Amino acid sequence: MMKLLRWLLPHPALTLLLTLVWVLLQNSVSSGMVVFGLILGIIIPIATARWWPDRPKAVHLGKLLIYCVLVMWDIIVANVQVAWIVLTKSNAKMSPAWVVIPLELRSPEAITVLAGTITLTPGTVSADLSDGGHYLLVHALDAEDPDAVRDDIKQRYERRLQEIFR
Amino acid sequence: MTIEILATYTIALLLLIGTIFTLVAAIGLLKLNDPMTRLHAPTKAGTVGIGAFLMASILQSYTFGEGSFHELLIMAFLFVTAPVSANFMAKVSLHRGACALPPPTPQDETWSTLNHFDHDGEVEEVARDDKPNPV
Repeated sequence: MMKLLRWLLPHPALTLLLTLVWVLLQNSVSSGMVVFGLILGIIIPIATARWWPDRPKAVHLGKLLIYCVLVMWDIIVANVQVAWIVLTKSNAKMSPAWVVIPLELRSPEAITVLAGTITLTPGTVSADLSDGGHYLLVHALDAEDPDAVRDDIKQRYERRLQEIFR
Repeated sequence: MTIEILATYTIALLLLIGTIFTLVAAIGLLKLNDPMTRLHAPTKAGTVGIGAFLMASILQSYTFGEGSFHELLIMAFLFVTAPVSANFMAKVSLHRGACALPPPTPQDETWSTLNHFDHDGEVEEVARDDKPNPV
């Protein structure tokens, strides 16, 4: 029974996501659409299973949701801060800086999520990855203390991502 | 009736917020003078600016017509694609030397964009040991 379930749903989160996207695309919640979305959500993961051999084994969905809410909130707060900096600070007074973040995350998916989060949060853009994948290069718009930015990102995002992608 | 009035004001407020942030992004694009700092302005308008517009759209459709929520999908796709384009632009300005050089990496590595060419014109091969941990 477990084996059948695993064969039918090799990637339960992807099934759920595809169903959700299908329903959103249809723009109406009716049982027919949900069922059709579920059919798509079951067929597509089975058909594409061979293209993701090394995916992370377990993703903590609850913590991922909390992380999303946290990032949303940070985006709003930081947007206001950056808008204020852009409007009030003169170019000469701004101190843009490169920040090097040593990564403890190893899985490519987790690093991608971290880099995306950093870019979406105003004030910082992730620019590059070192060729061994151990450091992330981040550009900060106005950082008087680059070390503080680095510690903040590590504390706030990387630690949580480590718990999500185990 | 009152709900409609309340919704109208909320929609107006959301539209106003969206407009302000989009305007700030445009101002930032004009005002900032270095390619890397300039990159900060438009990538941010895409988050709160567009987000507020889409929230207004959802609210409007639910109050005054048949509900529509595929705006959520627009937001999701925007959040997935915006960092990629920002990353491309950052890499281009790094590659062309249009901005201050980044600090070297602490260990014996280089930034992948700056992976230099060898004397005989071949890309230097760097040993990779970053296989994802099978933990």
